[in-house]
Amino acid sequence: MSNRLTPTPGEQPVLVAGGISDSHTWNLVYLQLLIEEHGHRVVNLGPCVPEDLLIGEALTHDPALVVISSVNGHGYHDGMRTVTRLREHPGLTAVPVVIGGKLGIAGPCGEEESAALRAAGYDAVFDDTTQGVATFRRMLDALPQRALV
Amino acid sequence: MSGAGFGGFVRRAHDAGRLVVQPRMGMSSPQRMRAGLLATRDADATTVGTLTLDSYTRVGDLESAQLAVLEGADLNGYPLVSHETATTRRVLDRIHGPGFPVQVRHGSAAPQHIFRALSSVGLDASEGGPVSYCLPYGRVPLRESVAHWTESCELLASLRRTGAEPHLETFGGCLLGQLCPPGLLVAVSVLEALFFRRHGIRSISVSYAQQTNRRQDSEAVAALRSLCARFLPDTEWHVVVYAYMGLFPETDYGARRLLAQAAELAVESGAERLIVKTVAESRRIPSVAENVAALEFAAAVAARTEPDPLEGAGTETYAEAYALVDGVLNLDDDLGTALLKAFAEGRLDVPYCLHPDNAGLSRSYIAEDGRLRWSDVGKMPLSGITQPRPAHAVTSTELLDSLSFVRRSFDRDAPAQAGDSPGPAPRGA
Repeated sequence: MSNRLTPTPGEQPVLVAGGISDSHTWNLVYLQLLIEEHGHRVVNLGPCVPEDLLIGEALTHDPALVVISSVNGHGYHDGMRTVTRLREHPGLTAVPVVIGGKLGIAGPCGEEESAALRAAGYDAVFDDTTQGVATFRRMLDALPQRALV
Repeated sequence: MSGAGFGGFVRRAHDAGRLVVQPRMGMSSPQRMRAGLLATRDADATTVGTLTLDSYTRVGDLESAQLAVLEGADLNGYPLVSHETATTRRVLDRIHGPGFPVQVRHGSAAPQHIFRALSSVGLDASEGGPVSYCLPYGRVPLRESVAHWTESCELLASLRRTGAEPHLETFGGCLLGQLCPPGLLVAVSVLEALFFRRHGIRSISVSYAQQTNRRQDSEAVAALRSLCARFLPDTEWHVVVYAYMGLFPETDYGARRLLAQAAELAVESGAERLIVKTVAESRRIPSVAENVAALEFAAAVAARTEPDPLEGAGTETYAEAYALVDGVLNLDDDLGTALLKAFAEGRLDVPYCLHPDNAGLSRSYIAEDGRLRWSDVGKMPLSGITQPRPAHAVTSTELLDSLSFVRRSFDRDAPAQAGDSPGPAPRGA
């Protein structure tokens, strides 16, 4: 996992967004609760988030992490487009961005596709297995946390 | 009521004692789409066909859909607007007709391009709704969705000039797929049907998605039928039940048992059509063969089930649904305006829905008896009808627990290696 996921202290939120063409919501509601329980403020952009909106919100919020979630099978293609556009933006070359879910129409992504997503700019790629969620939680633990009240 | 088209076909099948079963099926390749429709038509069941569109077409990103068509890339559905009209006509040639109507399923809050495309290839049946294809799933403001759906209904209704009887199905009985108490599902389904009717559609189906408790589901379909009989007297309508829309069981055994229960719910409650799910649902988009197996299995269960409908108006579900529908209808003579006011004031409020036009004050939970109940009704006019459990903030673990309640319940009793056994009995064990 990249060094970009190591702590930067502060009150930066975690940005949660559905894939460009993905209308699913329960994954986003679950992620919000999970991330909040790990001590982070969440800005949940909801489903079907276009690149321009994501880029605008990322510039506004200066997030500690951007989480893209997709389960409709277009996650790989949508995710490639999103991260490519995002990384092209000079203000967002270093923001940590991860993606997860059911990313292909024929089931989970293969290692080759995961590697391609990482090469395109994601810091980590998670599948939607129990193991994937556990790895994601460990990553959340490594982020800077706001004080729990 | 001409008896033509999608609604007429379902009506005739029901009169002959048969449940119509339907897959959710869409492939980007025209050859594979045609093969899927043929396999659906030729299944040992009374079927209608489905063209499920891809996600790019749904959100109006026609550039991406077009690119995929040019590159021959796989999409999660059929890009109806991006394929040539002649291509789709070839897909449907000698398949679509009075004996096998085909419905276009999409999910768009701005479906004018879809309705124009389906009209141009000779189709006249679709589904959705101004609320159900906006609030839970997208980013389009509700006000715009209502305007888009007004225009789209009128566009579809204009096909009557050609002698067709265009058909629209409400998606309101499926809001977010799960964890929405049935009173609200029934209410939104009825309100969307009324919206369609007021914009010229005369052949309508109302949806209801199977939830967490069998008895409660039966009450919901009964309530839906009662409200349609009351509010849609001059309309051809039928009820379509959806097999569970949430996390599906992972075992073949559990998946079949859940589908069997959906088929029993449909027949017992007097519903006319069922949208099936398959054993592959928990893993990926199902194959054509898996869809055909699900259609035939559901039809076999339906054939040995007797209608046994509940009395419609005597339940809490009916009382909730009636109060919600009545509350909206009293807000404004124009139903679109009334729906906008209802959501703005929180008089309709979908639990867990993230859309900015939803109040987001309501919350639901699964009670010990498996019924879906309100923990918070927000500002919906349900006081005195339902007693919400005092709300507490739900944790991610509790949410996941609720979301997987049905999967867990149906997988629990699966015998070892159920996946290898040839079709276990749908009931009990």
